[in-house]
Amino acid sequence: MKMETSQAEDIKLNMTAMIDIVFQLLVFFIMTFKVVAMEGDFNIKMPLASESVSSMDDEIPDIVIIQLTAGQNGNIAGIVVDDNESFNEATMFQDLTDLIEQRLAGENDPESGSETEVEFDIAYNLKYSYTVKAIEAVSGRVNADGSVKKLIQKVKFKDNKKGG
Amino acid sequence: MKYRRKRTEILEGDLTPMIDMTFQLIAFFMLLINFSEVDRAEEITLPVSVLAVPPEVRPDFQIILNLEPGGEVIFEGERHQIELLNPVFRRQVSSAAREGVTEPEDIAVIIRSHKDTPTGLVQELIAKCQESELQSFSLRVEDSAN
Repeated sequence: MKMETSQAEDIKLNMTAMIDIVFQLLVFFIMTFKVVAMEGDFNIKMPLASESVSSMDDEIPDIVIIQLTAGQNGNIAGIVVDDNESFNEATMFQDLTDLIEQRLAGENDPESGSETEVEFDIAYNLKYSYTVKAIEAVSGRVNADGSVKKLIQKVKFKDNKKGG
Repeated sequence: MKYRRKRTEILEGDLTPMIDMTFQLIAFFMLLINFSEVDRAEEITLPVSVLAVPPEVRPDFQIILNLEPGGEVIFEGERHQIELLNPVFRRQVSSAAREGVTEPEDIAVIIRSHKDTPTGLVQELIAKCQESELQSFSLRVEDSAN
């Protein structure tokens, strides 16, 4: 009986189509890739008017009223706290942080920051970036070592109509 | 004259490292691709802050409103005037209810306002949201800490 010697055949896959597709995918992802800046939030408390009436049992929070006034072109003109304290124009946000920190320290309660609220009375045409700066100034302080000291976390806006 | 027939040889490079590398690149870009760009309007330049807290958990239902300096709101790629947003909010509240978020106060409203927008417009937008009983607001800013 004659035995056929089996020859080992080289099975070659055609890779061309796969490489084509893979490169197309790669080009698609490279073209659509965009580095997105990290974003963060400031939470603000804006309950409906009907719910703002608290019952007698509720503890009334200490409210700091901060007025932000606008000059020409929507730039900030000044900050007034509780109708009596205003700051030097050059360092107003830093001074605001210092004042809030002093007030919270004066209350001698480690949790006072979570109880105290800030109500912003903001000029209609004030640029939003200044509002964010003011919210940042009352929210906390970045220490020299990079750590963050939290101050007031409850922020709300006073209703402010155009021209009001 | 005798011609010697040339033997043509097929030269095959080893494609394995290139394919490996290419697949790794594709995996990298696939992982980094951000499909949430729909909610972000390119026109909006956010104010910058070091203290803003990046959201830890995604809310059950969120409405992302992009507010331009002129007062137009870009929502899901379409422009709206603030005064005409009530029907949009009603639809969103209904959608939220279908997804199990029945209370409007549990819907997170994220305001992405341009840094030069008058703050009064932001307040008008918040007031318009409140008309639809939305109460949970976040002001989104660019996190400069990272």
